[in-house]
Amino acid sequence: MAKDKLHKEVENSSTKEELDAKKKEMILFLSSSEEKEHFLSKANRKLLSDPLNDDNPITVQVLGICSALAITVQLQPAIVMTLAVIVVMAFSNMIVSMLRNLIPSRIRIIVQLVVVAALVILVDQILKAYAYDVSKQLSVFVGLIITNCIVMGRLEAFALGNGVYKSFLDGVGNAAGYGVILIIVAFFRELLGSGKLFGYEVLGHKGLTIEDSTGLYALGYQDNGLMLLAPMALIVVGIIIWVQRSRNRKLIEEA
Amino acid sequence: MQEYLNLFVRSIFIENMVFAYFLGMCSYLAVSKTVKTAVGLGAAVIFVLAITVPINFLMDEYLLRPGALEWLDPSYASVDLSFLSFIMFIAVIASMVQLVEMIVEKFAPALYGALGIFLPLIAVNCAILGGSLFMQQKNFSGVDYAVVYGLGSGVGWFLAILAIAAIREKIAYSNVPAPLKGLGITFIITGLMAIGFMSFMGIKL
Repeated sequence: MAKDKLHKEVENSSTKEELDAKKKEMILFLSSSEEKEHFLSKANRKLLSDPLNDDNPITVQVLGICSALAITVQLQPAIVMTLAVIVVMAFSNMIVSMLRNLIPSRIRIIVQLVVVAALVILVDQILKAYAYDVSKQLSVFVGLIITNCIVMGRLEAFALGNGVYKSFLDGVGNAAGYGVILIIVAFFRELLGSGKLFGYEVLGHKGLTIEDSTGLYALGYQDNGLMLLAPMALIVVGIIIWVQRSRNRKLIEEA
Repeated sequence: MQEYLNLFVRSIFIENMVFAYFLGMCSYLAVSKTVKTAVGLGAAVIFVLAITVPINFLMDEYLLRPGALEWLDPSYASVDLSFLSFIMFIAVIASMVQLVEMIVEKFAPALYGALGIFLPLIAVNCAILGGSLFMQQKNFSGVDYAVVYGLGSGVGWFLAILAIAAIREKIAYSNVPAPLKGLGITFIITGLMAIGFMSFMGIKL
């Protein structure tokens, strides 16, 4: 690359004037070429932060709800799922963006699916090897990352038309936006449903009788068993959408 | 016969794809604004599930599961290709959808016009891949069960999207708080419907 050549020339220059001239040339070159954009420039930061609120994949783009809800009974699987989705999305966005000029548009969906499926297999095998319990809890939902609409949606909407680094950031940002919702839902469901966080009894210990119990349970508090059931995940997401939209009124739908 | 009926009813109501497992939620929310389009997508999902689940069952039985390659040669009995199941299943689904699309376009142009853009969308509907993955977990004893399961899950998904589309058409006339309009209220209604569907869980079949 031209940049590397310039680097060499700067190193090889013997006299001071020559060195300065070359350095100036290099600065000019860097400021005018592809790398004129800072590594974490404003536009790039926006790619990361937008999906967390204004352009959240779950509550605004309505993507990727399929796998989001069934695994939010406890925090731990939700966090593992978030990490898995971040890895898969970041790298699938990156790979598809690298291939974007080579893929014939007629078969692009199959190509994308193969890239995503290969990454998901990797994640699944790693989970099975190092976190077997969690992988059992997630059951088919790791496999379902393949058809998670966020992954396909961002590949279609972003990676096919943008550079590699930007696509990587977009993948991380959107997966994190997905993860934020997942973790909020899991937090409320685990706290209210079983009085625990990460399996620790944060509201006190629940014994067989009130006398045996400590913390809130000693005052007669009861867990809300409904929160453990699948339908409550939907209602919690509905409430999150309500709160988000009443704070951020430009997201309100007209219809 | 009774076993087939049990499996069919169970996959429609008790293990409903939408209300029990939240599968296919993206297209469920996106395409449920009117009943007409919902029926189109629902029909396409039944069709594709009923085809892909049995095909993936055969794939699993004769290619992927541990020892499945024994029919080729007894020395392959120890081969375990199950780690390839995701990529095999999704490849089967994507190519079947493509094939179904071409066949329908050729021989039933009217149906093709009705299903329109929904057919290609189905390849990335989680309910389809979910059907195959649950089929793999359930260890059915024959391909006939896989056909019934695929059909039943499809019908269950169809019913769910039909119901929510009908409700959303009516809810347009109600006075919903502005921040809840559209997506928010749809989530909450789906939650309430799912609570209703939980009453089927008590049925022992």
